[in-house]
Formats: sequence, structure tokens, C-alpha cells
Amino acid sequence: MDLFEYQARDLLASHGVPVLPGGVAETPEQAEAIAREIAAPVVVKAQVKVGGRGKAGGVKLADDPETARARAQDILGLDIKGHITHRVMVAQASDIAEEYYFSYLLDRSNRTFLAMASFEGGMEIEEIAVTKPEALARIPIDATVGVDTQKAAEIVDAAGFPAEVRDQVIAIAVQLWDVFAKEDATLVEVNPLAKAPDGTVLALDAKVTLDENAGFRHPEHDALEDVAAADPLEAAAKEKNLNYVKLEGSVGIIGNGAGLVMSTLDVVAYAGEEFGGVRPANFLDIGGGASAQVMADGLGIILSDPAVKSVFVNVFGGITACDAVANGIVSALDMLGDEAIKPLVVRLDGNNVEEGRRILAEAAHPLVTVVDTMDAAARRAAELAA
Amino acid sequence: MSIFLTENSKVIVQGMTGSEGRKHTQRMLASGTAVVGGVNPSKAGQDVDFDGASVPVFGSVADAMKETGADVSVVFVPPKFAKGAVIEAVDAGIGLCVVITEGIPVHDSTYFWAHAQGGSTRIIGPNCPGLISPGRSNAGIIPADITQAGKIGLVSKSGTLTYQMMYELRDIGFSTAVGIGGDPVIGTTHIDCLQAFQDDPETEAIVMIGEIGGDAEERAADFIKSNVTKPVVGYVAGFTAPEGKTMGHAGAIVSGSAGTAAAKQEALEAAGVKVGKTPSEAARLMREIVGG
Repeated sequence: MDLFEYQARDLLASHGVPVLPGGVAETPEQAEAIAREIAAPVVVKAQVKVGGRGKAGGVKLADDPETARARAQDILGLDIKGHITHRVMVAQASDIAEEYYFSYLLDRSNRTFLAMASFEGGMEIEEIAVTKPEALARIPIDATVGVDTQKAAEIVDAAGFPAEVRDQVIAIAVQLWDVFAKEDATLVEVNPLAKAPDGTVLALDAKVTLDENAGFRHPEHDALEDVAAADPLEAAAKEKNLNYVKLEGSVGIIGNGAGLVMSTLDVVAYAGEEFGGVRPANFLDIGGGASAQVMADGLGIILSDPAVKSVFVNVFGGITACDAVANGIVSALDMLGDEAIKPLVVRLDGNNVEEGRRILAEAAHPLVTVVDTMDAAARRAAELAA
Repeated sequence: MSIFLTENSKVIVQGMTGSEGRKHTQRMLASGTAVVGGVNPSKAGQDVDFDGASVPVFGSVADAMKETGADVSVVFVPPKFAKGAVIEAVDAGIGLCVVITEGIPVHDSTYFWAHAQGGSTRIIGPNCPGLISPGRSNAGIIPADITQAGKIGLVSKSGTLTYQMMYELRDIGFSTAVGIGGDPVIGTTHIDCLQAFQDDPETEAIVMIGEIGGDAEERAADFIKSNVTKPVVGYVAGFTAPEGKTMGHAGAIVSGSAGTAAAKQEALEAAGVKVGKTPSEAARLMREIVGG
């Protein structure tokens, strides 16, 4: 889960990382009130989970509360690369003497954590890595040890931070590790880490990604989820504990196992090329169980998607027996009754497949077509959606 | 021969007394696996009955190894306790630890992987179906009745695609099929399996199944170029996955332009791997290579 800047800032602050005073506003009036409280020039920043908001007009300075209100008015509702701005952060404006970069992240390739730091900040890290690779320190972190003051000093010295900020950055590096480790983050990035003219080092902007698998350790992270921005179908699916992702196409997909479902999307898109570019409408993994209720819930979500013109149910019976899946489909269609209005192509293979196919043949539901292979079934589903 | 798991493997199950552990212990036993014990500190000394087969429960992995000579552990414990369970198995020095559990925080898996470095334990998973050497032993949840022993080696991030591929090539059979798991940090990689299959005299050809996220497939392609002389057929899932969305598996995510299926396919093909557009096409490509 990616956090908004204001959420990341609050999380950093709660672990002692120095940040500037500020708050989040959903209306121009709230923005004005925050600016009044800060009682100094402020910066009004669009809260969107996408880069490049400055260039898009999403970051503005305001010298007084009335101007902050006007700037918030301008920015709220702004479309930044397809992300609508629903909130702004109002933070005390700061003069910047120097800008640095600091992050911790999960390094999948090396199966470890990585600290990246540079005394050259103010641009995207990809840009630093390309234009000034020698200025970017990359220090692996032993997951069993973590970052103490000594390790932080190693990172800070490798990155070549100026002597006058060294101790401050070391302290911040330890605090940021605290955020990374204790909050189960996979990314904590501060860019810029800035030196104000008085020499104080502050985190001016931050990106944080949290590991949703660690939710059981952090019930408080639930509140950070951007429920309003979720696709309504994705939200409905989540409520029923379904692993669903909305896509842009017209063939609804239900399958078991993440890999097989991803593969099903590809095979449908591949088959759909023949029918003018028919594409899958969603990812939906109903997992191992595939009970009638789960099948009904899944079908219910997919059939409520107006973009869906046909549905492809692709199940390999490994542990689950195909007869149970077939019974699930038949009962699901019964449960849905008149709501089931779109053609279903079903492909079953594996454990007890003959019995599964027999059950579907016997039920002879007018909407259901059984096709033996995955490729042929995908083609049929694409054709029905064309 | 087979890789990692043989007819001599003695398997213990951590979390055997839970519902998933119990169900799959039953299945492992039914497929002829030597399941010699379970581990649960609060039920040590008890025996669990599996259709007449009595399996003893031990208080720790170390005790179970001492009493039974076990060399493989299969972990079914819930995410909250998985880190402790794996560390216990590693500290006991077990040869192979297969972590089935889905939903383990990546800080925990990164920790136990680091902890296992320099030790004698190979970790497979987490979030994986385990591995099977058909007709010999089955450590995990892969159905044993899909296929038989044969000459193909299979390594896959995905469970159901493993089953699908085993099913497509069931008449030819498999030396070992390894589901390495779909998490961002896993213990055994495509490369580890490719190396083992290359060294296994019984394996004649290798199927490698990948999916979006990370760069494991690209690294495997590099490895194949210089180290694998046996034919490799590939399949990659996730061409239609949108950027920034996790597709079921915690590790299956395209970040910016990194981790795409197209890049993985390209890297594999550049290494001489024949890549199927669908699982069935990959199976056909394998058939052309090994006959049958």
C-alpha cells in the first residue's frame, strides 16, 4: 500500500523524524485554517500518488492564509496524470540551502534491504542514478541486524554528506530505519531531505509503501487505506474477501490460483486479437476452495460490471475437485437467478474432470458453454464478447 | 534421481495439527511420502492418526530430527508464527525447509532468509505449493495423482500453472516439479533449480514458468546462457497486468517499466529458451523436444 505524502509525513514524524509543521485539508477553508495556525508562508501541495505534480500545477506557495485558501481552491479537483486531487497538504514553507536524498527499500534481486543515499537531491532517484551514479551510495542492510548509529554513519559517509550535517543525517537515518522496520515498510524514501538556511536538516517530502501482509501487526494501518479512490467493483470484491483487480476489457475472468488467472488474462487477450482486440475485464482468483458461495460472489461481482459481455471460468482442479467446482457454478447460477444474463464459457481440467463436465452437461444451463481446452475456451469467450 | 527430494526423504510437518497441515499430511502420506513426525510444542508426545498411520508429534524440530532422522520440514503454520518456525528449522540444521504459508510479511521472510545464510538449510517458498518428485516423495500440496515419474524438470512461481503444466505433459512425466512461490523474497530461485536440474542425470529437459515482478526470470536467462546445456522451455504470465497493481501473488507487480512479462520473455528468448504464448503452447514446445 502506497501512502499519500501527508500520511508518510505523519508516520515519519511519529518516529521522531524532523518535518515542518503542517496539516491536510479537503476544502479551501480547512487549508486557510491550517495556514493561519502555522502563521508563516506555506506551501500548498496536491496529495496524489503520482510524481510530477509540481509541473502539473499541484504545488503552490502562499504568503498568507487568504492566498493559501485561493491556492487550495485552484489545486483541489485538479487532474494530475489521471489522479484527481481530493486533498491538499498545507505545510510551512522553507527556504532550502541544500537538497539530499535518502531511502530504504526492499531489494528483491538480492533478497535484502538496501539503503540509498546521495548528497545530490532534488531530482528523481532514477535521474541521480543515471546522471551521477558516483554520487549515489547503495549500502545493503543485513535484515538480522538492521541500522544502528554505526551502520547509519557508514551509509552517510559513503554518500559523502557534508561534515556540518553528518550527525543530523546519521540521527535521521536511524529514525528512518525505525519507520522502515517497525512499520513493515518496503519503501521509505525522503526526497528531498533538505538543509534549511539555519543548518537544520528536515524531511520535506516522503514516499512510504507498507507491506499489506504485515497488516496483522498493524491494525492502525487500515485507516491509511484510500477507500474513496478504490474502484467500486474492487471495493465490493474486497468486502467479500475476493482477490479482484478491475481491468479495461469486456471478458470477465474467474480462475483459481494467481498464476493461472494471470495466464488466463493473457490467453484471452491473445485470442481476442482475432476479434478486434477483445481484452479481459478483470483479474479474479477464487483460490483453492471454489465453494458455491465463493463462485456466486465472484460471478455476482463480474456480472455487475457493465463492461462485461462474456465470462470465462477457468479452473484447474488440483486439490479442488472439478465436480465441486461444477456444482459451485450450477448453484451460483441458481442463486443469481435473473441476474445471470451473460454467457459463461467454462473450462475445467484436472481432478475429477469427467464428473465436473457431466454435472454441467446435465444442468444444461442455457448460458453455459463447456469447452475442453484453455486456449479454445479463451477464443470462444473472446468471440462472445466481440 | 530427482532434485532436492528423493524416496529416502524423511518429512516432518510444522503445523501438522492445524486444519491445513492435517489435510495435507494425509495427502502426503497417501502418495507414499515418508512423513515421520509433526511439530507442535503444546502437543508433544501425542500421536495423530491418519487412516491407520500413526504419526508422532514432537516438541521441536530438533527433537523430531533426533528421534526420526528427518531431513525435510514442511511448514503450514500461520503467517504470524512462520518466521519463528523457519528459524527453528534452520537452527536445527534441517536440510530442506518448505514454506507453504501464504501471507508472511516480507520483513519476516527477508529475515529468515538472511538468518539461513551460511547454514545447511535450503528454504523453498514461502507462499508456494512445495515440490514433488513423482512416485518418490511429495513435500507440500501439489496433487500427487496428476502425473508420474519422468524426464522433465519443472520450476514455477505459480502453483496452479505447475499443476496445469504437469497435466499437459502427464504422459511424459517429471523428475521433480518445484513450486518456488510468488512472494518478493523466496528461498530457492529459478537459478537454484536450473542448476540442480542441469546436474540431475534423470532430467532431460526443463520447463521454467515465471510471472511479472522482480527480475528473477532475467537473471535465470543469464544463468541459462552460460550454465545450462539441457533444453529449456519457458512460459511467462502477466502480459496484460497493469502497472502498479498486485496480481494475486504479493510479488506479482509491475513497478514502472520494471518486471514486465515482455522483458522476461525477451530475456529468455535471447538465452535460447523457447517461450510459449500459452501454457499449452509451452507444453507443445516441450513435446517437440522430448518426443511423445
